[in-house]
Amino acid sequence: MTTLREAQNYRERVHVWGRVSLALALIMFISYPLVLCIHFDAWPGWWPVFKGLLGVAPIYWTVGIIEALTFGPMLGSGGAYLGFVTGNLTAMKVPAAIRAQQVSKTEANTPEGEVVATIAIAISSIVTTLILFIGMLLLTQLQPLLESPVLAPAFDNILPALFGGLGIVFIAKDWKIALAPITIMLVVFLLFPQLAGAVSVLVPVSALITLGVSRLLYKKGYLD
Amino acid sequence: MGLTNKVLRKVMAGSAIFSVAPAVAILLGLVTLSKFLGLPLPWMRLSVLGALTYELPAASSAAKAMDIPLNQTVTDPQVYATIAWVMTLGILSGILVILFFQKKMEKGLDKVKTKDQKWSQIMMDSLFLGMIAAFMGMVFSDIRSGLVGWIPVFVMLFSALVMMVIGLLVKKLKWTWLENYAMPLSMLSAMAFAIPLTSWIKGNL
Repeated sequence: MTTLREAQNYRERVHVWGRVSLALALIMFISYPLVLCIHFDAWPGWWPVFKGLLGVAPIYWTVGIIEALTFGPMLGSGGAYLGFVTGNLTAMKVPAAIRAQQVSKTEANTPEGEVVATIAIAISSIVTTLILFIGMLLLTQLQPLLESPVLAPAFDNILPALFGGLGIVFIAKDWKIALAPITIMLVVFLLFPQLAGAVSVLVPVSALITLGVSRLLYKKGYLD
Repeated sequence: MGLTNKVLRKVMAGSAIFSVAPAVAILLGLVTLSKFLGLPLPWMRLSVLGALTYELPAASSAAKAMDIPLNQTVTDPQVYATIAWVMTLGILSGILVILFFQKKMEKGLDKVKTKDQKWSQIMMDSLFLGMIAAFMGMVFSDIRSGLVGWIPVFVMLFSALVMMVIGLLVKKLKWTWLENYAMPLSMLSAMAFAIPLTSWIKGNL
């Protein structure tokens, strides 16, 4: 078991390095368009950028904030710093972290669970980088295969394929907690199918509903 | 920490295998975006930071703001720079929250944990289940369009079924090694199942 001091040291270091690397990553992300503008002497002007941002920023800034508040605690600090830099959270990093914690029998919000989640996210990021790199090198050969209509249904259904397996594990574990949010989300999507494009917004909504329901069940003694 | 090398190796191997299919999906997104923006920008955006669910709308929104069609490669540096700025600035909020507030969130969670360990555990499970419930609900969003709309539902059920079979094998036959590959196996087999299922359903319509 980890001593309290070791855990505190670890966490302190995670925050220091996490923040340093996040800040560096931010600088690098912004450098790309900046260097581009300087190099080509092509400044787009405020108005077109503002107009373009108007179409995405109100939604995605909100989603980003809510995602950070939901996934931050789920992934633990190490995982969150790494996950938010490397992106692809919902369809890859978060499920990878959950899967790893289950296999290693560790729990979220414990030092062990956090280490395991961080490792899983790191490995996921490395695999993504490698596959994209190889994919780019072999793009001409791979493109017909990737875009073949035969394989299209497989990639169209990656989310149902992912959440079926993941879902059943969690439903089996906590069916009392699962019942209400699944029913509510089912009704929401049946009534408003157009919300499928905004599922990221519904993740925190659903998380809040689940938290409320489980608090109620817990207080009433149904989760003992 | 009580985590043996064996467990860590297992976590690493399993995570690597699990990540292959989503990574290939990202590669597919990269191919799509590269036709419009060339390779470097989508490559950078998708291998770090972004996700296709964001990058594509961001690029389209910027293109729409400038009345640029999405079906041909951007060649004007100014247009390209605008799109690059929109893609970069449109999604920074999550990183900023983590940068400035992750430590505070961690302290808040620690407080909950010291106060009530059991509730802290239930709380984390509820967050996971909340996310899972939203995606499971989304899978049903198309069912009113007829049998084709049920395809994602069948795929999800198939994945759940494979996971249950693996769970049984692990429990009854003690094939514990299989546990580590349960998720990639259920996901990949359900993705593979989607291929004949789609052609069968579409062929019968």
